[in-house]
Amino acid sequence: MTIGATLPPEVADLDGGEPARGAAAVAGRSPWRLAWERLRHDRVAIASSVTIMLIALLAICAPLIAHLVGHGPNQQYPTLGLTPDGLPRPPSGTFLFGTDDLGRDLLVRVAYGAQISLLVGVVSTAIAVVLGVLVGLTAGYVGGPVDALLCRFVDVVLSFPVLLLAIALVSIVGPGLIITIVIIAFFSWASIARIVRGQTLSLREREFVEAARSLGASSARIMVRDILPNVAAQVIVYATLLIPSAIAFEATLSFLGLGVVPPTSEWGGMLAESVGYYQVAWWFITFPGVALLITTLAFNLLGDAVRDALDPRAHSLFRNK
Amino acid sequence: MRWAAGWARFLFWRIAQGAVVLLVISAIVFFMFFVAPHNVARLIAGKQATQQTVALVAARLGLNRPAIDQYGSFLWGLLHGQLGYSFYNSESVRTLIAQRLPVTASVAGGAAVIWLALGISSGVLAATRPRSIADRAVTVAVLTFYSMPTFLLGLLFLYLLFFQLHLAGIDFFPGSGYVSLAQSPLSWAQHLILPWFTVALVTATTYSRLTRGSLLDILGEDYIRTARASGLTERRVTYRHGLRAALAPVVTQFGIDLGTLLGGAIVTENIFGLPGLGALAVQSVTDEDLPVIVGLVLVASAFIVVANIAVDITYAILDPRVRMK
Repeated sequence: MTIGATLPPEVADLDGGEPARGAAAVAGRSPWRLAWERLRHDRVAIASSVTIMLIALLAICAPLIAHLVGHGPNQQYPTLGLTPDGLPRPPSGTFLFGTDDLGRDLLVRVAYGAQISLLVGVVSTAIAVVLGVLVGLTAGYVGGPVDALLCRFVDVVLSFPVLLLAIALVSIVGPGLIITIVIIAFFSWASIARIVRGQTLSLREREFVEAARSLGASSARIMVRDILPNVAAQVIVYATLLIPSAIAFEATLSFLGLGVVPPTSEWGGMLAESVGYYQVAWWFITFPGVALLITTLAFNLLGDAVRDALDPRAHSLFRNK
Repeated sequence: MRWAAGWARFLFWRIAQGAVVLLVISAIVFFMFFVAPHNVARLIAGKQATQQTVALVAARLGLNRPAIDQYGSFLWGLLHGQLGYSFYNSESVRTLIAQRLPVTASVAGGAAVIWLALGISSGVLAATRPRSIADRAVTVAVLTFYSMPTFLLGLLFLYLLFFQLHLAGIDFFPGSGYVSLAQSPLSWAQHLILPWFTVALVTATTYSRLTRGSLLDILGEDYIRTARASGLTERRVTYRHGLRAALAPVVTQFGIDLGTLLGGAIVTENIFGLPGLGALAVQSVTDEDLPVIVGLVLVASAFIVVANIAVDITYAILDPRVRMK
C-alpha cells in the first residue's frame, strides 16, 4: 500500500497557462476567484464539504455526546453493556450503536475516533505539504548539485516499501499518535516535492521570473512571491487527496495494532477488535467501518471537485463532465 | 553501433543509480534498527535472565560490536548473497524469505491479472461510452473502492463471502490458509480468490481512471481523426491506435504497484491468514527480529527499484528520446 493519491498524468500541466498574477490583471477576476465560484456551484463539492463538516462536528462534539448519553469512551459496562454470555449488546435506546467486546458504548467511541482520524489526516498532510513545497521549490529553483542531491533523496524515499518500513519503525519507537503522524508525513512529502520541483523548473525560466530577478528581487522572494502562487493550485489538489489516504493509512496501522494504542478509540483499532465478533455482532464492525468509508469518500470527492474547479480542463477522477 | 552504445550507457547508468539507492537504503535501515535502543537480548534471554545471561546473548548475536563493524559484516554477507540469520531460530534470512516468497508472489500475480483486466476494460468502457449506464456503474464502483482501505474490503469479503455463505451452507470460499500451486492448483486458486479480489478491486480503480483519462486525451488527437477519416472501424481505431498509446501511464503504475506488492501484501496476508512475506514482516516486527526486518525491507526495496528500472527500460523501448538524455 502506498500513501498518496495517484494523479492522472494530465494534472502535471495543471498550471500550464498564464501566471496567476498576470491573469488577474487582465481578467479582473483572479483564477482563484473563478475557481471558488465554480466550487460554490458544484453540488458534489457542497455535499462532500457538508459531510466533512458533519464529521468534524462529530469529532468536536464527542465529549458532549459522551456527556449526553452518560458513557465515557473507555468506560466499560460489564453487566449493562454485555449479554450474560459476555457478548456485545445490539443497538438499543441505551446504546444507540450497540456495545463492543468490553461493553463500551460504540457511539461514543466512533465519535472520539473521528477526532483521531481528522487530526492525523490534516496534521500529517500539513507537515507533508510544508516539507514537500520547501524541498521542491529549493531543488527546482536553486538547481545544480543541491537539486541533484535532493532528487536522489526523494528517489530513496519513494523507493521505500512504505507500509513495511512504517511497521518496522513502529517496532523500534513504539506505537503512538505522534509517531503515526510523523511516519505518514515522512512518506508523503516526497511526491509533493517532485511535483513542485517539476513546476518550478519550468517556471523559473519564464519572463515574469526574469523580470522579478532583473528588478533585484532576492531568490527567497522570487520563490515565495512569484513561483509559489503558481504551483499552489496543484499542491492544494494533491493535499486534498492526500488527507483521505493519510486517514486510511492511519486506520491500517492501527488495524495492525501498530498505530494509535488502545484503549484510545480509533476506527482502525475498533475494526481490529471487531474481527473476532463479526459473526455475532454486525454493529461492532459496521459503525466504525461505515464512518471510515464515509470520511475517505467525502475527502476524495471534495479533492476531485477542487481539481475540477482549479483546472476545468483536467479529467475528473470520479465524474463525467 | 551508436544505437548499441546508447543502450549500454542508458542501462549502465540506470542500474548503477538503482544500486546506489539500494546501498543508501541498506545503510539507513541498518543503522536505524541496530543503533536504536532495543532489548532483543533481554527478550531472547527471558524475563528471569540475569544481567550476565543477557550480556552473553548479546555477545553471541554480535550486538556488542561497534555498529559500523556490524554493518561491515552485513554488507560483506550481502555481497555473497547472504542476509544474516534470524535472532530466534538461527535460520538464514534468505531461506526464510525464499520460503515465503511463493505465497506473496501468488497473491500479487493473481491479483495483478485481475486488476489489469478489470481496470483497463472498465477504463475503456468509461472513455468510449460516456454517460452510459455502464459508465455510471464503473464510476460509482471506482469511487467506492478507491476510498476503501484494503483491510476494510478484506473484512467485508470475509463477512459476506465466507461467513454469510457458510451460514447458508455454502463453503466455497475458505476464510484462511494457503495451499501451494504444486500441491493442488484448484485448491490454490480457491484459497486465493478472496485475497486476489481484495487487492485487485482496490488497485484496479487507479488503472480504470488512468486508462479512461489517457484514452480520452488520445482519442482527441489528430492522428485518431485521420485514422477515422481513412475509414477504419471505430473498434479498430479505439483498440489498435488509441489504447496502445494510452497504456503508457498504465505501464508506469503497474511497475510500481507490482514491485511494492511483491515485497509483501501485509494487510491482505494478515486478514486471510496467508504465510507470505507480509505475515513474516508483522511476525518479525512483533518479535523484534532485526535481521529479518532489515532483510525484508531490503528485499522489498529491491523489488521496487528493479520495477522502476523495468519501467524505464519499457519506456526507452517505446520512446527512443528517453535513452539519449
